[in-house]
Amino acid sequence: MGSGFNGVAVRAEGLVKSFGSTRALNGVDLEIPTGQVLGLLGPNGAGKTTTVRILTTLLKPDSGSAMVAGHDALADPEAVRRSIGLSGQYAAVDENLTGFENLYMVARLYGMSRSQSRARARDLLERFRLTEDGDRPSKEYSGGMRRRLDLAGALVARPIVVVLDEPTTGLDPRGRMDTWEIISELVDDGTTVLLTTQYLEEADQLADSIVVIDKGKVIARGSADELKNQVGGERLELIVADPTDLPATARVLAEVGSGHPSTDEHTRKADVFVDAGPKALIEALRRLDAESILVSDVALHRPTLDDVFLALTGHAAEEPVEQKGAA
Amino acid sequence: MTAITLAPPQGGFGGAIARNFRDGGVVTWRNLMNVRRNPELLLGATIQPIMFVLLFAYVFGGSFGGAPYREFLMGGIFAQTVAFNSAFTTIGMANDLQKGVIDRFRSLPMSRMAVLLGRTTADMAVNALGLVVMSLCGLIVGWRIRGSFGDAVLGFAVLLLFGFVMSWIGALVGMLAGKVEVAQSAGFIWMFPVTFISSAFVVQTTLPGPLRTFAEWNPVTAVADSARSLFGNPPLPGFERPDGWPTDNATLYAILCCIAIFVIFAPLAVAKYRKVASK
Repeated sequence: MGSGFNGVAVRAEGLVKSFGSTRALNGVDLEIPTGQVLGLLGPNGAGKTTTVRILTTLLKPDSGSAMVAGHDALADPEAVRRSIGLSGQYAAVDENLTGFENLYMVARLYGMSRSQSRARARDLLERFRLTEDGDRPSKEYSGGMRRRLDLAGALVARPIVVVLDEPTTGLDPRGRMDTWEIISELVDDGTTVLLTTQYLEEADQLADSIVVIDKGKVIARGSADELKNQVGGERLELIVADPTDLPATARVLAEVGSGHPSTDEHTRKADVFVDAGPKALIEALRRLDAESILVSDVALHRPTLDDVFLALTGHAAEEPVEQKGAA
Repeated sequence: MTAITLAPPQGGFGGAIARNFRDGGVVTWRNLMNVRRNPELLLGATIQPIMFVLLFAYVFGGSFGGAPYREFLMGGIFAQTVAFNSAFTTIGMANDLQKGVIDRFRSLPMSRMAVLLGRTTADMAVNALGLVVMSLCGLIVGWRIRGSFGDAVLGFAVLLLFGFVMSWIGALVGMLAGKVEVAQSAGFIWMFPVTFISSAFVVQTTLPGPLRTFAEWNPVTAVADSARSLFGNPPLPGFERPDGWPTDNATLYAILCCIAIFVIFAPLAVAKYRKVASK
């Protein structure tokens, strides 16, 4: 197990899946070299979870192929299941079992003996800093602890490929940092990781490469930097004291920025994409000052997933996506 | 890094069967731990039958002949209670599905039957407890086991078997329902006609035409009549005696029904489990 798949741990080609008249996936291709992290990005409903479900054998595609750890997910799903660990979108732990019992159960179901299962459960509790709470029912755990336990469950059998479906959604910043740390450790061990997320920042931190999908199709792929360059540097955001200054502010931003500025009267906000962030910021403030426009707040943002989306698709990530119907 | 040696997948039919039981045992353990940590889950399986015994024995009982009716009633309530057990299976499956636990199980290299087998087996254990509670309650209202010890054991065995196979239908319904809220009604609704159009509470000969035919062939009737005959409880006096093959061979017919239900619904439930998605 684990060799003979030519340096590519996961390869999906032409995945198509429809639910009724809705086409969830419309020809998704992706490839993860062994030992790397692929970030699968997209808004809700883009097809991330459907892709994950196909690669983890939970769902069969209408067409296309999926090879995971050298096994065909369609022809030999059982072999794929032995090689993967899945951590779901929400922590799939049994809340009435203790942390120890949850991991013990998963180990048993991977086919380990009782004593192996006990030892493995204790190892993982230790590694995920849950030893002290190992004998408490997991319903008493915090959200972050539950997520750690779920993540531990995915690693029980030391899988070749780990699939993490939005591992930090709903976590507080501390929990998010914890999870990132664990994922980094996995990579150090040589595990291949497929990570879905809604946060570009997260993919930025963890992923070697990123695939962006929208409406069931891959719309961009590359490293985080490559994607950000496509967006165009940073976003300069200003809040003016007097909303009647907004048109003049927009004019100034159009001059210093690289894109078309947008304004919002209600929040007195104006923003624009800029290539050279700090320089553009100083220039904008200087010109606004010259025009005696009072600025009450200013910020320079790295592009977010929303910005990537705006740039790639012309619609925001969280904007409700209209159903195209049967394509 | 310590090496993990996974048990090699056992090949062949024997290996598959062994794995069903091994993995099924792990899931049964998990479900029973759930019951142990939440004893209130047992309320439905224990208090509800007690209520049925007392309500039918003393509210309806007076109109139906008092003490003889109470003796007659118990076989019916046993059958009804084990059948209602399937509703708990329905809710349990829907709950696991909704919480994402089924997704995790389905992503593991475990037997495709184990989650269902573990659920139905654990629910059978709960059913056994329910039967004990109900029997004690029955003894209080005047019901007695008048047959032989062997027949009594067989009587309880048929009841448990019936509850077990009904759980497989319940598991299928739970996966079709998908959500706990839906499962809570879907699990119970179909049980009412199935258990009431039977000999559980009345003599089937008193029912009008088509209902009488339905009741005569209803497995619930067979299980209730089988329990009455194996426990040595006499038929209700003053009513036309039912006849026909299912009535005359209640225990045999009850066991055949159990086999038929299992053979039909276990494959359907496993097929559904293979494709089921959380909603």
